Amino acid sequence: MTRGAYPEVSRVFRSTVIDAPIEAVWAVLRDFNGHDRWHPAVEESHIEGVRAGDQIGAVRNFRLASGAQLREQLLELSDQHHAYTYCILDSPIPLVGYVAKVRLRRVTEGNRTFWDWRSSFSTPPGLEHALERLVAEDIYERGFAAVRALLSGRTAKETDGARPTSTPSRVPAGTIRCHAVVVDAHGGPDALQWRGIEVPAPVAGEVRIRQSAIGVNYIDVNIRAGRYPQFQAPLTPGVEAAGEVVDVGEGVAGILPGDRVAYACLPPGAYCQYRNLPSDRLVALPPAVSDEVAAALLLKGMTAEYLLRRAHRVRRGDMVLVHSAAGATGMLLCQWAKHLGATVIGTVGSEEKARAARDSGCDYPIVYTREDFVRRVQDITQGKGADVVLDGVGRDTLMKSLDALAMRGHLVSYGQSSGAPEPLDIGLLTAKSAKLSRPAVFHYTADPAELHASANQVFELLARGVLRATINQRAPLAEAGRVHRDLEGRQTTGASILVP
Amino acid sequence: MVKVYTSSVIDAPADRVWAHIRDFNGLPSWVPAVADSRIEGGVPADKVGCIRNFNLKDGGNLREQLLALSDYDYSVTYNILVSPMGVQNYVATLKLTPITDGDGTFAEWTAEFDCEPGREQELSDDIGNGVFQAAFDNLKRQLGGG
Repeated sequence: MTRGAYPEVSRVFRSTVIDAPIEAVWAVLRDFNGHDRWHPAVEESHIEGVRAGDQIGAVRNFRLASGAQLREQLLELSDQHHAYTYCILDSPIPLVGYVAKVRLRRVTEGNRTFWDWRSSFSTPPGLEHALERLVAEDIYERGFAAVRALLSGRTAKETDGARPTSTPSRVPAGTIRCHAVVVDAHGGPDALQWRGIEVPAPVAGEVRIRQSAIGVNYIDVNIRAGRYPQFQAPLTPGVEAAGEVVDVGEGVAGILPGDRVAYACLPPGAYCQYRNLPSDRLVALPPAVSDEVAAALLLKGMTAEYLLRRAHRVRRGDMVLVHSAAGATGMLLCQWAKHLGATVIGTVGSEEKARAARDSGCDYPIVYTREDFVRRVQDITQGKGADVVLDGVGRDTLMKSLDALAMRGHLVSYGQSSGAPEPLDIGLLTAKSAKLSRPAVFHYTADPAELHASANQVFELLARGVLRATINQRAPLAEAGRVHRDLEGRQTTGASILVP
Repeated sequence: MVKVYTSSVIDAPADRVWAHIRDFNGLPSWVPAVADSRIEGGVPADKVGCIRNFNLKDGGNLREQLLALSDYDYSVTYNILVSPMGVQNYVATLKLTPITDGDGTFAEWTAEFDCEPGREQELSDDIGNGVFQAAFDNLKRQLGGG
């Protein structure tokens, strides 16, 4: 048998134990065409021609949530061994010679089920690792989690063959009473009030989430203080959280109750225990990423991704200047820029923060309270200046950032923790043929495909140890005011999270 | 032909569980009913074809022959040459499979044998629960899981 053009064979093996009898698990898995009823990655599936789903040789033709269309063929199926084998016929993902086997075994102790899913395939050189992970995590492990959720009593599946959008488990339950942090009038940290709220059942296209960790970002402070005219009180701040899907509204495909998810998006409203969100804003969490890490890292990680890969494309050997290099986003920028082969210069407010920045790969931390960072950058770069300056500070730094820039450099003003920058005479850019941009992360993650691509890169680098989640502040959600006070007072390093 | 199948989940990596099971002369360390064991002829315990000769705590003596041993599949197959149990054509396989979701081990023990009519249920219970499950329970205790 030919393996295709690539000599190395990848093998993926994943296994789990499902707390249900083997007959129940087999009833879900046996239908070769039924995976769109349980696998979150599969949107729609049909069997080609007039074959039945358990007919050997049947071809299932299905679409993934990402839009990709695949064809797979059933090669063998055994009710005696609770097993089937299938192969890929057509796929936009280069998995060559992909043959997979699903096998269930009874765990006699406790009447549970052992589920073993394995495959072999070859890939274009260099893609082995990424595609092995894709198969192992996005297909096999996500499948395990979805079937486990499906079979856990709360979402007991019917046997009438109904589509997922109309099964009993998907009928939204009633209103949930819980608590949230509410801002009635914009102001300081005391404007954050702890209050009971009601979260209605999710409407069409929405998902209701029980949140377990909420990320704190500087934008929360700005929204609380009323610095964004489009977000007026009364409101609930917060743009980032992780948790578990409770129920889903009509028409939601690919997400099941029990799935672990995270989000980072506008409008604000994350400082609460339960929340409804449009399903296309959610990213599924890999098993290796905890809820707390996701809440601490998703928005900041995606910010680092779009700044270093898209708003600006950092290349090996670039001189990169990162302001607030010991802040949560700053540390991720240092880690990622270093990974890309850049020389990283960072500004920090203290010696302690300089150490934190250095730990994150910052080659030259500058304590700006003691040294003029513009002069130091000129020294370090032998008078050339920085190729790109990533400035999330705004008012206090923007003009100096321009001074620290190299000829034809790029000044990226992506935030304003010290306040909105003064109006800038664009004539000042002429002296260096400088480029100035004022991007926002939400414009780079609005498209679901870009959102997922960005989040996946963050999770991938996290798994490889390139990015590290540094959660140094953790507080109950009801004490959000204290966390805001520390953040505004520059008392924090790394990420802060709130626990509902 | 009677078939017995007992399986369990052990909360320890397959390598660690295998280290106990692989030693064909090591029954006394993890099967509660076994008092002592030796390999006949002094050959290595991982030489396929070797015979273990062991005594039970209740006095019975058994001789079992190693038919297959796989470090690749974590599996061992053996038959009974002599035993007080009254079974014929007894062949058993003990196999481990890693559970990647949590780093545990799925352990399966199967046996097939012939016996006098009417004794099938009694022997299945004795072997499936009295020997196999008891040994799994003991392994779980020793390896610190559940």
